[in-house]
Amino acid sequence: MSRKISMKTAINEALDLEMRRDPTVILMGEDIVGGTGAPGEDDAWGGVLGVTKGLYAKHGNRLMDTPLSESAYIGAAIGAATCGLRPVAELMFMDFMGVCFDQIFNQAAKFRYMFGGKAETPVVIRGMVGAGFRAAAQHSQMLTPLFTHIPGLKVVCPSNAYDAKGLLIQSIRDNDPVIFCEHKNLYGHETEVPAESYAIPFGEANVLRDGGDVTIVSYGLTVHRAMDAAEALAKEKVEAEVIDLRTLSPIDWDTIVDSVERTGRLVVVDEAHPRCNLATDISAFVAQNAFGALKAGVQMVTPPHTPVPFSPSLEDLYIPGADAIAAAARRTLAGAPRSTIAA
Amino acid sequence: MTSLNERIKPIVMPKWGLSMSEGKVTGWLKQPGATVNLGDELLEVETDKITNVVEAGETGVLRRVLGEPGTIYPVKALIAVLAEPDVPDADIDAFVAGYAVPEADGGEDGAEAGPRYEFAETAAGTIRYARRGEGGPTVVLVHGFGGDLDNWLFTIDALAEGATVYALDLPGHGQSTKTPADPSLPGLSKAVLAFMDAVGVGAAHVVGHSMGGAVAMRTALDAPERVASLSLICSAGLGREINQGYIDGFINATARRDLKPVLETLFADAGLVSRQMIDDLLKYKRLDGVDGALRAIASSMFEGGAQTAILGGAVGAANVPTLVVWGEQDRVIPAAHATAPGSTARVEVIPNAGHMVQMEAAGRVNALLKDHIGRKG
Repeated sequence: MSRKISMKTAINEALDLEMRRDPTVILMGEDIVGGTGAPGEDDAWGGVLGVTKGLYAKHGNRLMDTPLSESAYIGAAIGAATCGLRPVAELMFMDFMGVCFDQIFNQAAKFRYMFGGKAETPVVIRGMVGAGFRAAAQHSQMLTPLFTHIPGLKVVCPSNAYDAKGLLIQSIRDNDPVIFCEHKNLYGHETEVPAESYAIPFGEANVLRDGGDVTIVSYGLTVHRAMDAAEALAKEKVEAEVIDLRTLSPIDWDTIVDSVERTGRLVVVDEAHPRCNLATDISAFVAQNAFGALKAGVQMVTPPHTPVPFSPSLEDLYIPGADAIAAAARRTLAGAPRSTIAA
Repeated sequence: MTSLNERIKPIVMPKWGLSMSEGKVTGWLKQPGATVNLGDELLEVETDKITNVVEAGETGVLRRVLGEPGTIYPVKALIAVLAEPDVPDADIDAFVAGYAVPEADGGEDGAEAGPRYEFAETAAGTIRYARRGEGGPTVVLVHGFGGDLDNWLFTIDALAEGATVYALDLPGHGQSTKTPADPSLPGLSKAVLAFMDAVGVGAAHVVGHSMGGAVAMRTALDAPERVASLSLICSAGLGREINQGYIDGFINATARRDLKPVLETLFADAGLVSRQMIDDLLKYKRLDGVDGALRAIASSMFEGGAQTAILGGAVGAANVPTLVVWGEQDRVIPAAHATAPGSTARVEVIPNAGHMVQMEAAGRVNALLKDHIGRKG
C-alpha cells in the first residue's frame, strides 16, 4: 500500500521498520527521545524536529538519549558498530560534525582499510543540512562536500520522502559508515511512499525528467528548483534532463556522462559553498572524461562563498533558485564558455 | 437529461486505471464530419503510463472535435461529440456549452469510477485485487511474471460491460504478499483458487497472460469445475522456448537504464515503454521479498532457459473451451506456440503487436475475449 507521507514521516518509518526487522539496530543522539529523566511523557519531543517521535514507545531502551557530547556518542556508535550493532546516531545539525570529525573521518572511515578488510563499521550518522530554515550560519550549511571528500564514507542526500525511506533502509543495511544528510526544508515535503520496506541501491542516480537539450544535475533541495527551472525552459522549447544524484558517494558517473553525451550541455547545481564542492567535482569529471561531447562550457550554480546569512531576504537569495538555474541553462545554450561562478 | 441529449453522444477522456487523472490528446484518427462505426479508432491518448487508441463505443457522425492535439484534459472531459446528421448544430452547441466534467472522486457512483484496489486475506496470504462490473458471467484475470493487475488496464473495464471481472496480483507480485507459500506453478494455481474462495467465486472464465496463462491451465486441469473457459494470451505452458534473457534481465535490473531495454522487448512498439512504467516497476522490484520471490518463481517455471510445464496437450484433451491470442511479434514466448492446444481451441495471432498484446491491441483482444466468454457464459 502506498500513501502520501512527508519526508520526516518516511525517515521515522524507515527507522521503525529496520528496528523491527533487525534487533541490532539502535538509535543514539541528543533528545532523540526527549524528556528522559524529566517528569512527563517519555518521548515528548522525538528529536529537535520530531523525526524520531513515537519510536521510544515502540522500541524502548534501544533509543538512547545522549549528553551534549558529540565526540563521545559518535565515537561510541562507531565502536558499537565494529562490535556487531547497527547504530544510527543522530547529530542533529551536520554543522556540529566538527567536534566529532576525528571519530568519523580518521576512525570509522579508515577501519576497513587499516584492519586489512577484517573490520566493518555499519554505522549511520544522520543529521540536518541546508539553508532556508532561518537557523543562521552555524545551523544551515550544506557540508556534503566535506564528507564526500573522504574515502571510506558513503554520503546520501535524498530529495523526497520515497527516496529518503529507501535510502535510509539501505544505509542501515550497508556495512560501511554512511553519512545521511536530511535537508531540513524538505521534512514537510510529501510523496507517494509504500508502507512496506524497500531499499534503493547506492550509486543509482534518478533521472526525474528526460530532455535532449541540456543536462541539469543536482541533489537535495535544489533538485526541486532544477525541476522548476526545467518547467520554465520547456515553455521556451528547451528540454532539460534533470538528474537527482541521491547518493554523492558512491556517485553515478555513468548516468551523468550518458546524459551529457546526448545533450552536450551541463549545468550542475549545488547548495554547498562553491569551492571544491559537488559542482566543481562533477564539472571536472565531465571535462576530463566527456570533453568531446560538450558543446559549451559547463555552468555551475551555487551560493556565493559566504556563510549562510541570517537575514531572511539575504538567505532566500543565497540558495540557488530556479531563475538562476534556468539562466545558467540558457548560457550553455548560447554557447557561452564564460563561467559566472561567484568568487 | 432531456430526450434531445440522448441523440448526442459525448466522447470523453477515458480513465485507464485507478491512478489516471488526465490524458493528452496526441492526434485524431478520424476527422470532423466522418461517419464513425462501433470500434473505429478515433484518437490517440497519452498518459504518464502509456499511449493508447480510443475506440468508438457508439456510432454516428463526428460532429465536433474539441480535444486539441498536444493538450492535456482531465478524465471525463468532453473531447468530441457524435450525433446523427439530422441533429441540429444549435443543439450540439448547447450540449457542448452545458457539459460539465463530473467530479473525479466521491460524487460519482461506483460504476463510473476506475478499478478500486481491494485486499483479500486468503489461504495463500494477502492478495490485492480489483473488481469491476455486476452480474453476467464471472471472469478472473491472471497477469504474467513480474506483472500485476494493472497489466489489464485496457481490459478490465471493457469486459466489465457484460461480466463481473476480478483482476488479482499473484503472490510475489504487485501489492500481494511478497512471500509466496509455494512459488511453483501448482502453488500459484492454488493461490488463484484460494483467492476465488476468499471472494466467493465458484467458477470463472479464467484469462491468463504469459505465465498467468500457464497458471490458468494448471487450474483448469486440477480443478475443472472451477474453470468455465480458458483465454490464453501469449501464454506460457504451451512450448519449451522462452526468452531467458528477458527473465534474467527483468530479475537483475536495478537501474532504469538496465530495465528499459528489457521492457522494450515486451512491445512491438518500444516507444510504449514510458518513464512511469519503468519507475513503477523499479519501485516494485525494490520492495523487500520481491527479488527472492521472482527468483524462486523463475527457477521453478523457467529452469535453465526452458519452460518446465507443457500443458497444451492436456488442456486440448480436457476439452476446456479455449481461446488462444498471441501478438505476432512476441519476443518473449514465440507465437508459434499458439497452436499447441490443438484443433478445439480458437487461435488468433494479431499482427503489429508483441508480448503485451492485450495492451498494444486492446480493442481487438477485448472483442475476442468478450466473444469467447459470451459464447460460453
